[in-house]
Amino acid sequence: MSFPKPIATTRSATGIPTGRLAIWWVLASEVVIFGGLLGSYVMHRLGHPEWADAAVHTNTWIGAFNTFVLLTSSLTAVLAHEAAHDGDGKQAAKYLMMTIGGALTFLLVKSVEWGIEISHGYTITANGFWAFYYTAAGLHAAHVIAGAVIMAFIARDAWRGRELQRVELIGIYWHFVDVVWIFLFPLLYIAK
Amino acid sequence: MARAIAHVPHAEAHEHHGPPGILKYVWSTDHKIIAMQYMFTGMLMAVIGGFMAYVFRMQLAFPGISVPGFGVVSPGEYNSLVTNHGSIMIFWVAMPVLIAAFGNFLIPLMIGADDMVFPRINRLSFQIFFVSAVLILASLFVEGGGFGGAWTAYPPLSASAEYNLTALGSTLWLVAVALEFVAFLLGGINFIVTLMNSRAPGMKAYDIPIVCWFIVIAAILFMLSVGPLIAGAVMLLFDQTLGTGFYDPTRGGDPILWQHLFWFFGHPEVYVVMLPAFGIVVEIIATFARKKLFGYKLVLYTAVITGVLSFFVWAHHQFVAGIDPRMANIFTVTTLMISVPVAELCFVIIATLYGGSITLSTPMLWALAFMAEFLLGGVTGIFLGASGADIYFHDTYFVLAHFHYTFFPIAIIGSFAGITYWFPKMFGKMMNETLGKIHFWGTVIPFNVIFIPLFVLGAAGQHRRIYNYQHFPELAGPEFQQLRVIATVALLVMLAFQLVFFANFFLSLRRKEKAPRNPWRANTLEWTTESPPPHGNWPPDEMPKVYRGPYEYSFPGRDDDFWPQNEPV
Repeated sequence: MSFPKPIATTRSATGIPTGRLAIWWVLASEVVIFGGLLGSYVMHRLGHPEWADAAVHTNTWIGAFNTFVLLTSSLTAVLAHEAAHDGDGKQAAKYLMMTIGGALTFLLVKSVEWGIEISHGYTITANGFWAFYYTAAGLHAAHVIAGAVIMAFIARDAWRGRELQRVELIGIYWHFVDVVWIFLFPLLYIAK
Repeated sequence: MARAIAHVPHAEAHEHHGPPGILKYVWSTDHKIIAMQYMFTGMLMAVIGGFMAYVFRMQLAFPGISVPGFGVVSPGEYNSLVTNHGSIMIFWVAMPVLIAAFGNFLIPLMIGADDMVFPRINRLSFQIFFVSAVLILASLFVEGGGFGGAWTAYPPLSASAEYNLTALGSTLWLVAVALEFVAFLLGGINFIVTLMNSRAPGMKAYDIPIVCWFIVIAAILFMLSVGPLIAGAVMLLFDQTLGTGFYDPTRGGDPILWQHLFWFFGHPEVYVVMLPAFGIVVEIIATFARKKLFGYKLVLYTAVITGVLSFFVWAHHQFVAGIDPRMANIFTVTTLMISVPVAELCFVIIATLYGGSITLSTPMLWALAFMAEFLLGGVTGIFLGASGADIYFHDTYFVLAHFHYTFFPIAIIGSFAGITYWFPKMFGKMMNETLGKIHFWGTVIPFNVIFIPLFVLGAAGQHRRIYNYQHFPELAGPEFQQLRVIATVALLVMLAFQLVFFANFFLSLRRKEKAPRNPWRANTLEWTTESPPPHGNWPPDEMPKVYRGPYEYSFPGRDDDFWPQNEPV
């Protein structure tokens, strides 16, 4: 069902399209959520040198592989934006589906990784490090899932040539999800 | 309302597709209807929060009595009542009424837009808010009772059911608060983007009415301060339900972390609700003093500075939590600094009144009372912001009275000011002035009689969070008990006078004669459309254009003492 857009949505006093302006504010609100969590983690980590003994057990190679997967999915998100910019909705939809593929790969690898860790007894209640590890990566994974679901809707619309500007918006969000992981990877995997 | 929108094509299309009958009001995406949903939900929650205050004040004045309408109050119930009174009044009354209801109603109308930029996200915001309200009420009736660890929810009391004995109640409380945050993030992004992008042609940044600016600055403050608390709430939820130890010092956690995350949000939150109330007061003062607002840009920049400073004062809530005394020094200085811009806002209002042609209408009385009472709240805040004095006053009734001298003017007086001022625009009828003034005096006088005795009790060292003072002989002297009785009786009087408001509200809705478009002869755009405005606010081909700022009252050389923003030169 199409929803009639109010005049308000089509105005642009700043010169920035409404959707793009809004997505940046969404990111601003997200930055402080992850900022609060990671700030708390860093303060605790500095106060607890012994957490390094737990951090040794994270698998840097799996983390690096997932970093590669997410970065690649960001590339396809950019290509989707470019296709949408040229008005090619079908091509944009294909690239978005590839991005969703990247998200699913990331989640699959992550569940295997967590499965192994949990089977070794490193659960969320094991100690402070693992609590932050699962909470931060879990919150990030929730964002990956949400982004992939929204992307599927946008890809469907783009395939039909509708609302192509949204391809750019989900791309901006996807880069943010990527950037959060760029912070998580060294903090949880590299700092041993 | 249906009659008024008949000739608007946009609305007509909407009407046909929209759900029929009463559902129109439930599923509407119209910003005015969503504003009313927020306002009526907020009013209902205010009645519930007021009832809670009545029950625990009765217990304090007459310990062990069977409170009419409630029964004997057990210690657990007392804690739960105090906690949920605080939570409900801040998160489910002050925020929905001041920010969501007035923001939704005023922003599109005052900037000359037909709706919010994202009407469906706006509706989703209310729906999430409504679910959160249901959850907080449901939490009172689950096994073990509602959460009783104070609205600040400090761990370890809040983190472990072993201590708080309300396993389900505290989790429901936390989830409800988190959902409320989500609702206001969605609403806030809508407000910010609408103000930035959807202004009427010709409306420049300094032509925006101050109340819209203040609500949007409040939304930005909320957005930037609530994030860490959302992260903190997730951690607390995991402590409660999964058994993690984020806040448990025996397992490598730190309970002070919660205090930092909570107050990093909690102090900006004061300004999140203060700014919309101040904005409402500014509009009313300019209109009823028939005078241009003193220093528009000064007011705007002052609010921005207040907002920035509000991020650097949070640890003044933690002076006795064992923080480093050097840090206490820094936070004392920043706290005393923030009183400067707030005082400046008060002086601006006094300067606007000076030499004005003042009408003491009901909204104006509320606006003036806001100034007077908030001033007392602000001045007593200096005592608590200074770390030396705070060590004595901390957790006494002095803090409680100070807090209510700031929040009551904001949440209650500010809301009544706004409701009485915009009632004609919201509902298309005028309110009764006589009943309005009876309600005004019947609220403001008892308010002072409630809280001045509590200042005295606090200065005498009376600790708060005590269920029954008879258990503490050194606190239970008759001179103290007398003050508690006075406060409780005044509360009963104040609650009784709220019936006058509800009578006035609903009787005015049933009045025959319609309110004119611009009963107060004000300048801002919402007064240029019908009362109440139709769906889309103006006919699509008659959307307003703006030619000047919002406060051109008594302009020299003009016959009228007002000059609407949309009137060509």
